Amino acid sequence: MAESFKFELVSPERLLISEEVEQVIIPGTEGEMTVMASHAPVMTTIKPGVVTVKPVSGAEQRYAVFGGFADILPQGCTLLAESAIHVDKLDRADLQKRIEDARHKAEHAEDLNERSRAELYLHQLTTLEGTLVPA
Amino acid sequence: MASLKDLRNRIASVKATQKITKAMQMVAAAKLRRAQEAAEAARPYSERMDAVLANIAQAVAGGGEAPALMTGTGKDDVHLLVVATADRGLCGGFNSQIVRLAREHIRKLLAEGKTVKILTVGRKGYDMLRRDYARLIVDRVELKEIKQIGFANADEIAKKVIALFEDGQFDVCTLFYSRFKSVISQVPTAQPLIPVATGEVEEGSNSVYEYEPSAGDILGDLVPRNIAVQIFKALLENVAGEMGAKMTAMDNATRNAGEMIDKLTITYNRQRQAQITKELIEIISGAEAL
Repeated sequence: MAESFKFELVSPERLLISEEVEQVIIPGTEGEMTVMASHAPVMTTIKPGVVTVKPVSGAEQRYAVFGGFADILPQGCTLLAESAIHVDKLDRADLQKRIEDARHKAEHAEDLNERSRAELYLHQLTTLEGTLVPA
Repeated sequence: MASLKDLRNRIASVKATQKITKAMQMVAAAKLRRAQEAAEAARPYSERMDAVLANIAQAVAGGGEAPALMTGTGKDDVHLLVVATADRGLCGGFNSQIVRLAREHIRKLLAEGKTVKILTVGRKGYDMLRRDYARLIVDRVELKEIKQIGFANADEIAKKVIALFEDGQFDVCTLFYSRFKSVISQVPTAQPLIPVATGEVEEGSNSVYEYEPSAGDILGDLVPRNIAVQIFKALLENVAGEMGAKMTAMDNATRNAGEMIDKLTITYNRQRQAQITKELIEIISGAEAL
């Protein structure tokens, strides 16, 4: 059995998970990363995507997160998500609404910087939709 | 002297009021439980946020990378006060306590010759502050339509504050709300939002972090979010406090109504008895006269 560490997923509204896990896959802004026990301390922002958690006991769980950041220490990992939800409970209409909002924002951005940021966010959201909703 | 009929009406109306206050108390109790749960559920996030922020602030300290939102503008000429109150009354001194604290602050700042701007959250605070400081209120937010306060509501307020700051409208921002100590005790609190007051760094956690992207970038993302989180926390505590205060106030009202009914009933009975006695005397003396 692999070594385990403490993983916590919190959104502003509540604490979603807090348990011993073997590994977690985090969608970092600079690429996905797999975190295991005794990871070097890293702080990273995350993009909208799927967090895959493999607890010590029980089956793998997947959560959709929309932005936030992760604080990784050798003894544990804390993921502060702006909003997070279990993949099974994800409402497709809600996701569609977020995509619409992002699209609206990208189209009405005032300056180039803002537009490129909004477009990036939109792209990340559509990618997330693609992975979650089987075509 | 009120007639018997008047007394009867009076008792009926106090009874009706008592029923209403009783119902309000029970509704407040149910809402309080939910609000308390929400406030507790939100606590881990803000705690972690504080820890992370303290860590990262230490990492960039002195590097000149810290965003202005965190360090402030370096001046303190213009103050923005965010006053968060409830949207409804009938909750004891809850709203006026917050407003009183804010007023004291405003007076002090004005006496020092600073410029004060006010952003009110919730209808009651706006109503009360409008009387004295209508010119100072720059914006207001009402949450009346919202049943359960979500993070998105807090985020909206935070965005307003940040937009004002980036526009150079103020230098220092303070948030007024009521800290939920217990059901019967709420403490009005003033909390600095900008510049950020960072907590103590945990012992042993100051290991060398790697930042992805750079520490400055993360901080730029994190500080605005922290403001939203602080506001969110304040709003949740406010709701819990409001419900607690309302429960206590309505409990008192129900008890007072009960006492009033008792007193009125005694007066009513006494008067009825007096009238019966009077009628009896009239009949008896009438019979004797024959």
